[in-house]
Amino acid sequence: MGMRTWIQDWPVYRQLTGADPLGRGAAATSPTTRSLTPRTESADRVVKSVCPYCAVGCGQNVYVKDERVVQIEGDPDSPVSRGRLCPKGAASLQLTTGDARRHEVLYRRPHARDWERLDLDTALDMVVDRVLRTRAENWQQEDEGLRVNRTLGIASLGGATLDNEENYLIKKLFTALGVVQVENQARVCHSSTVAGLGTSFGRGGATTFMQDLQNSDCIVIEGSNFAEAHPVGFQWVMEAKARGAKVIHVDPRFTRTSALADLHVPIRAGTDIAFLGGIINHVLSGGHEFREFVLEYTNAATIVGEEFRDTEDLDGLFSGLDEEGGSYDVHTWQYEGASVQAASGKRDELYHERSGPGRNSSSSGGAESHGSGGAAISGEQHEDRTLEHPRCVYQILKRHYARYTPEMVEETCGIPRDVFAEVCRALVENSGRDRTSEFVYAVGWTQHTVGAQYIRTACILQLLLGNMGRPGGGIQALRGHASIQGSSDIPTLFNLLPGYLPMPHAHAHEDLDAFVEGVRTKKGYWANMRSYAVSLLKAYFGEAATADNDFCFDHLPRLTGSHSTYDTVLAQLEGVCKGYFLMGENPAVGSANAKMQRLGMARLDWLVVRDFSLIESATWWKDGPEIATGELRTEDIATEVFFFPAASHTEKSGSYTNTNRMLQWHFAAKEPDGEARSDLWFMYHLGRRIRERLRGSTDPKDRPLLDLTWDYPTEGPLAEPSAEAVLAEINGYAADGTPLSSYEQLTDDGSTSCGCWIYCGVYADGVNQAARKKPHTEQDWIAAEWAWAWPANRRILYNRASADPDGRPWSERKALVWWDAEAGRWTGHDNPDFIADRPPSYRPPEGAEGPDALSGTDPFIMQADGKAWLYAPAGLIDGPLPTHYEPQDSPVRNPLYPAQQRSPVRQAISSEHNRFHPSGGLPGSDVYPYVVTTYRLTEHFTAGGMTRWSPYLAELQPEFFCEVSPQLAAERNLEHAGWATLVSARGVIEARVLVTQRMAPLTVQGRTVHQIGLPYHWGPNGYSRGDAANELSAIALDPNVHIQEVKALTADIRPGRRPRGPALLDLLHSYQERAGVTEHTGTEVRG
Amino acid sequence: MTDTSPAPGSLVGRNLLAGVEPDPAGDAGHADAPQRMGFFTDTSVCIGCKACEVACKEWNAIPEDGLELTGMSYDNSQGLGASTWRHVAFIEQNKPLGHAQTAVDHSDVDVFALAAQGSGTPPAEAAITPTTPAPEGAPSPDGRTELRWLMSSDVCKHCTHAACLDVCPTGSLFRTEFGTVVVQEDICNGCGYCVPACPYGVIEQRPGDGRAWKCTLCYDRLGAGQEPACAKACPTDSIQFGPLEELRERAAGRVAQLHAAGVTDARLYGEDPQDGVGGDGAFFLLLDEPEVYGLPPDPVVTTRDLPSMWRHAGAAAATLLGGLAAVFAASGRLPGRRR
Repeated sequence: MGMRTWIQDWPVYRQLTGADPLGRGAAATSPTTRSLTPRTESADRVVKSVCPYCAVGCGQNVYVKDERVVQIEGDPDSPVSRGRLCPKGAASLQLTTGDARRHEVLYRRPHARDWERLDLDTALDMVVDRVLRTRAENWQQEDEGLRVNRTLGIASLGGATLDNEENYLIKKLFTALGVVQVENQARVCHSSTVAGLGTSFGRGGATTFMQDLQNSDCIVIEGSNFAEAHPVGFQWVMEAKARGAKVIHVDPRFTRTSALADLHVPIRAGTDIAFLGGIINHVLSGGHEFREFVLEYTNAATIVGEEFRDTEDLDGLFSGLDEEGGSYDVHTWQYEGASVQAASGKRDELYHERSGPGRNSSSSGGAESHGSGGAAISGEQHEDRTLEHPRCVYQILKRHYARYTPEMVEETCGIPRDVFAEVCRALVENSGRDRTSEFVYAVGWTQHTVGAQYIRTACILQLLLGNMGRPGGGIQALRGHASIQGSSDIPTLFNLLPGYLPMPHAHAHEDLDAFVEGVRTKKGYWANMRSYAVSLLKAYFGEAATADNDFCFDHLPRLTGSHSTYDTVLAQLEGVCKGYFLMGENPAVGSANAKMQRLGMARLDWLVVRDFSLIESATWWKDGPEIATGELRTEDIATEVFFFPAASHTEKSGSYTNTNRMLQWHFAAKEPDGEARSDLWFMYHLGRRIRERLRGSTDPKDRPLLDLTWDYPTEGPLAEPSAEAVLAEINGYAADGTPLSSYEQLTDDGSTSCGCWIYCGVYADGVNQAARKKPHTEQDWIAAEWAWAWPANRRILYNRASADPDGRPWSERKALVWWDAEAGRWTGHDNPDFIADRPPSYRPPEGAEGPDALSGTDPFIMQADGKAWLYAPAGLIDGPLPTHYEPQDSPVRNPLYPAQQRSPVRQAISSEHNRFHPSGGLPGSDVYPYVVTTYRLTEHFTAGGMTRWSPYLAELQPEFFCEVSPQLAAERNLEHAGWATLVSARGVIEARVLVTQRMAPLTVQGRTVHQIGLPYHWGPNGYSRGDAANELSAIALDPNVHIQEVKALTADIRPGRRPRGPALLDLLHSYQERAGVTEHTGTEVRG
Repeated sequence: MTDTSPAPGSLVGRNLLAGVEPDPAGDAGHADAPQRMGFFTDTSVCIGCKACEVACKEWNAIPEDGLELTGMSYDNSQGLGASTWRHVAFIEQNKPLGHAQTAVDHSDVDVFALAAQGSGTPPAEAAITPTTPAPEGAPSPDGRTELRWLMSSDVCKHCTHAACLDVCPTGSLFRTEFGTVVVQEDICNGCGYCVPACPYGVIEQRPGDGRAWKCTLCYDRLGAGQEPACAKACPTDSIQFGPLEELRERAAGRVAQLHAAGVTDARLYGEDPQDGVGGDGAFFLLLDEPEVYGLPPDPVVTTRDLPSMWRHAGAAAATLLGGLAAVFAASGRLPGRRR
């Protein structure tokens, strides 16, 4: 630097000679300031990715410099997120590069007090040893004389945070191992969605997509805290609002969603069916339905059999209840003239006949198998198109909901009549030819003992209003994990195979044909189920699967009842399940009755935890709540624990399926550090080593493993299997090895293979369609060239219904898809969800089957009759129509059916650690007098594993708290920002208190009902710590899908912190005694 | 700048410390400065998600600021400071919940024509949400007649007349070519003069570090043509970034729209070039009095009176010197000549 430069660089010189007389601008800049370059500019590369938190699926740009991720921000090209991120997405740099992440394998020996280091290779070999040993020791060739081919000794949990390709390998390997207890977060979050939407419409996914919200005239958000749990998706609600739409939020709490809504309707938790049923009654009794839509596109005109008796006839019960077994015989719910062919029903019936009473098997999850194919019916159906026949669905519906009056709604939900009238008015005014309304829900609806029926109620209402398949209409199910839709589609679920093919049941099916006949419909695309099943078996077992051996159908392990995650916990406690994989799920905090989860794990021989940090499910043996109370002693616990650090979304390639069925590819930005590995790597190499060990085995139980196609190419220094190769297998191949482009190409003769039929087309033309990233600014509003959605890249399902029976749009304003007579094709903004060249006038010939049997006016192409179901004659096992029952624990007597408090067929699993409360004013019910509902906050994510360790998020919501009204605070002497102790029959927790008017006491049946809000993100580990809300919740389940009721329970609240040590148990037991809780409390079928 | 503007270097006739100042960047020596850039934070569409807080911290690598449950609604970061450059306030109020004007007939709105604009409303219009108070006699959901939850993301105002900058003795604080006010951390010596100078209480010294820190309006990103991290992340476009002139126009339109819809509470804060700080580079649409949000109702640049103070000081000094001279002249002994 010369003297001249040096002087010129002196600010004072610049101030005196330049244009900055006060020296506060240009003259004052330092060399550092002048050379500032943002790291987004100096990065070596920008990698396209997708946010790993909720299922909105926001695009992310990952900036990499010197093989380090230096910045992550929103991808402006994404049509869903338009470059925006919520606080969690914005914190994903800290999530992926922060020091909370572990990069070393840890091992806890039996009875040891602490971890020790283990190298990855040794650890993986040890896991192989344990899997093979446990499998061999616990192999079941038969169960009660029937071939089952399986082991109940091993279970797996987790998948919703993982890629589709990872879920595919998990399910594939475990199935070949004979492991049936494979589950993920979808069970505890949205399994009832699949059952509710699937039985109504034929597919179990959200019927629309996020951006379409902008086209809505009225948006009812109920059972969802949209703005908080899915903030970036909420921009589309704001778009609609900007265009004049009315936004209504129905929720027990006034949340950040309510703050932006036009109307907040406080509701008693657990009464949404009564509320929605009231609107149905308003629509039907006032003649407000969209008559032509209802008549043409639903089963309103179909006549139901004479034997059917409604809850109105039987005091709250449907016909066919087996009071002893606590289940329904569904025969009497059928259409007139139809013989029973209900897949799930049949399986259940047979199961009960063979297994006898006493074993609470419930279904093998038949209802969820309607994720992409409706329930089967057969025989000729009878119709009355005048809708006047007393046994037609329309009239049954009308009678069923006649007592859901505004007064009843007020009595049940605590919603004043004028507010209720306002909601009815808004919905009716904003539905019809010219206008559409949309419902948005999340786990506020799904997590109930009647969760599937919650969803069904909304389906019925939206059908009556004619809001299905149309822009701005539909039912938006907001799912909460990056790929939880994917982990349902490519299920890590016990009862499903990819594409919602049911797992075969030990009792019902002898061979492939019988299996298929028991499930498929005669009409529509679900009639081709055999092609989907055979193609899957070809993808799994390759050349070994031939027509002669039934395509290795017998390689599949068999179910005997429910093996849901909650049944697995029972199996662990019983000593049946001995080995457990946790892959990105934290049941010790996130599942109902967290204590039972931990006690179950304490009975295991071995546990494998794959995660970023040492979550509660990994460390309960040394610092869990039971260690503190003395119920468990570390040195007594024999469980071996392996901790494997997981790779983050920036360190692996793969696809997430967002909440609107859209598969979005995220590219690896870098290799994972240390011993962190992707789950794809883990499953692939686990499977590879297992197969190497078994090479040459002649044991028949090893045949499926040896026949398994498991030859994925690996890449890079870590030998990472190619996710794209897995996606190609999922997509499927023709006989000549070329990638398929549509599920319509699948055959049942073994010439095609396809790992998930509904994803067929995602690799069309050998191109990864999920990786398409054409900016939304270069497309129309549908943005069909961004990523790929199932089915067949259709964004609004059942969109044939956006046109009238003649194929014309119901109105120009709401035109979406229409018949182009000249071209002889369906056309429009979206890809038609219909047979492309089937004219509206087409009527199928007598005896036609499959897609050929669909008429030109059958928009619901996965349904057995091509129609949406107002009344579900099959598919669900707790009733053909939704009806209001009180939650398992409730302070209120069922106002609608005082003789029937709860759903008679709910699964209430009473055990030492899972006791229920006296309810509905029975003696003892005042011991747990307050309604509790759990929820998410914007700043945290599920059980906290991805947020509580992040300082940037932890500081925003640093502590576990409860929200109570000023009235309840006064009643119980609770101090704002002080401490409170909450007690249920399951557990005792403490929380800081937020006293807020946002919690409103409701008046129900003339008395005040207080509700308490509890975010469920916390647990004892991490940077921000607290008790877990799930210590309070019980395992009480929806019988269709085994989802737990955590959105409405009861508890007591008292000021101050909870007792420590054994005194905590004393308090728990004193409450139980005071309430008179026994093993029978709350378990009755009737009453 | 017009032709009549004074020559560079001249201090005459320019509102460099107070008053209307149309070109702060140019007057700070930035030749050919780009348009003045700023924030318009429309709190009527804020969902209180705090993405701005986190995006800011991630981009600027700001340390975590302590875990404390404050009990102040959902606000646990409490206010702007050295380690919180965006702060979302939460105010639970007994005021009527806003209601959309549902009676407005919008059946003639062609949603598809709107949709054809791309994948939604242009950002400029996206946040325009008509909200009105509930009509007389509207149903009160639960006996509560009044309840609303205000959320607002606060930030450094990047004042036209920035006292922090005026008092900085090291030249650490400077006016950028975008008209924003930025601390240069390689220069700041931690003297802390800027802290009491700020009329909003924004800037603060970081404990253990000593230097003063605040929002830079992502100066580094602006230089590369990128928008600030908070505005980019904001899910509902509550935080809008752009040329200040454009933002002021948009904001005026938004207020007019809200007023037309009956939301008489809506008002702008900090947009007026005539105000005590010459207008803010980051201004707000509020739904209540500024005090409700913790904002000073009538901020004044604390160095406003510097010129007159200097003039007074100068006059005093001259008087003093004159007096001294007179004394010495009278005595016939001049200072310095004493030997």
